Amino acid sequence: MSTLLTVRNLWVTHPGDQGDFVAVRNVSFSLGRERLGIVGESGSGKSTTGRAIMGLVGALGRVQAEELRLGETDLLALSERGFRKLRGRRVAMVLQDPKYALNPVMSIGHQIAETHRAHMRAGSRAARLAALKMLEAVRIRDPERVYGLYPHQVSGGMGQRAMIAMMLIAEPELLIADEPTSALDATIQTQVLAILDELVRVRGMGLMLISHNLHLVSAFCDRVLVMYAGRVVEACDSGRLHQAQHPYTRGLLAALPELGHRRDILPQLQRDPAWAAGA
Amino acid sequence: MVLTFLGLTVVTFFIGRVIPIDPALAIVGSKASNETYERVRAEIGLDLPLPVQYWRYLAKVLHGDFGTSVITSQPVLTDMLSVFPATLELALLALLIGAVGGVPLGVVAATHRGRWPDHLTRLLSLFGYSMPVFWLGLVGLLLFYAKLGWVEGPGRIDVGYEDMVPTVTGLLTVDALLDGDYDVFRNALSHLVLPASILGYLSLAYVARMTRGFMLGQLRQEYVLAAKAKGLSQWRVVWVHALGNVWVQLITVIALTFGSLLEGAVLTETVFSWPGLGLYMKNSLFNADLNAVLGGTVMVGVAYILLNLISDLLYPLVDPRARERT
Repeated sequence: MSTLLTVRNLWVTHPGDQGDFVAVRNVSFSLGRERLGIVGESGSGKSTTGRAIMGLVGALGRVQAEELRLGETDLLALSERGFRKLRGRRVAMVLQDPKYALNPVMSIGHQIAETHRAHMRAGSRAARLAALKMLEAVRIRDPERVYGLYPHQVSGGMGQRAMIAMMLIAEPELLIADEPTSALDATIQTQVLAILDELVRVRGMGLMLISHNLHLVSAFCDRVLVMYAGRVVEACDSGRLHQAQHPYTRGLLAALPELGHRRDILPQLQRDPAWAAGA
Repeated sequence: MVLTFLGLTVVTFFIGRVIPIDPALAIVGSKASNETYERVRAEIGLDLPLPVQYWRYLAKVLHGDFGTSVITSQPVLTDMLSVFPATLELALLALLIGAVGGVPLGVVAATHRGRWPDHLTRLLSLFGYSMPVFWLGLVGLLLFYAKLGWVEGPGRIDVGYEDMVPTVTGLLTVDALLDGDYDVFRNALSHLVLPASILGYLSLAYVARMTRGFMLGQLRQEYVLAAKAKGLSQWRVVWVHALGNVWVQLITVIALTFGSLLEGAVLTETVFSWPGLGLYMKNSLFNADLNAVLGGTVMVGVAYILLNLISDLLYPLVDPRARERT
């Protein structure tokens, strides 16, 4: 399996008033054409890791690594111009809530076609056709109608499918899905994940699924990284998650409620400062 | 809107009653006998209860009757309609300068937050905010008219060019263009450009500051991150995506700016002897011409109400979310 993404000793720092804040420390992993899940609580650095790969950590954020490579492209040496060509075309990102991640004053079809126009050498007619086809690919019935709708006129599930269409239309190799279903109803979550799964598989893409939902990630992904305080504390195949070694992962697993086992008190997660220090 | 208008007339009416100018006395003069004075007072209805007086006033205003001006002996409405286009021309050009300059300036300040374009914009805005308009006008006249001779001085047009073009819109520059008379156009524009620039600069300062604030709010939104993640150029992200959402808020700001331009014209028109509504109101005020002053006040108030209406009508054009409510 060819390697799509190589990350070796990635650090991301944000300068703050009281010294630098290290969001990601010493993170290493590689990704092929597979589905990699990254789990962790809020502030564990999982989103920042995704954004570092796209060069979107903000003007002040600093990205350092021994190696950060997308295919043959060295991301560390890439200029903003270079990143612009890469974004959408080779690596794209689905954000959490379509209510905020779609531009409210632009029609959905227009936003999808816009990605196409930014990367493909084709006119607006071709972009429109491609967008309609993409809407169909995310299983939207009546794409012609939805093309002209505005984000406030569609449901969350449809909005998220439009978002997926917008990010996949230029056929990227890698998709970073940052909590793609957390803002959706439970029933819709499964549908959207199924669509995502199908597209990623058919197109032979790599997928980085960032979530706080351990269940979802272990059910959906091939491999799982568990992050805590900016570090990767556990990396394993999702099938072997129950054999996880790290006490943090064990704690998370123990805290999962189970059907049929009624527990009055969920065990509280014990945190050890040594984990953050890299034990 | 009807309520706003009623409120406006109530305020102007009572202002007219509480200020120490006695209209009856103004008509009969101080030497008239008590009898004559009482008769005139009854004739113009000043002996009636206030609500009745207000009702009569409102009925007249609604028929476009603001009374007769003491100085010009013409109906106030006729006077106002003849001077209003001059003010409109001044305010329109000023608004154009303010919007065309202020919006891009605010956008650039927001995208370069904390760097020199931002500081420059803040400095320009601060200066525009804090300098009194009449002072700017005088300095402008001294510099560009008296010293450099780049523009024509006070007034709307040179005497020699007066009444050369037929009145169509009342906006002298437009009328001259319609008539194809470029000498008149050039002269009128040269008179117009300095007062309009000074008024325009003030609104530019305000528009730029508001735009900067709105833009900073939008640039933090998720859809901006998504637009970047699609690989769009910085230009498109800022000027199409973020600014597209800022227009929704800017419309109100620009409409109100236009209102304040009409109102702020009083000082500018005085400094530049610009024969518009502002100068008319100032002259009326100094001559205790109550009908004219109140008429002008109602006129400016009506302009505000109309501007609000226009901005309400414009919302759906820039915001699809506003289209459904109508």
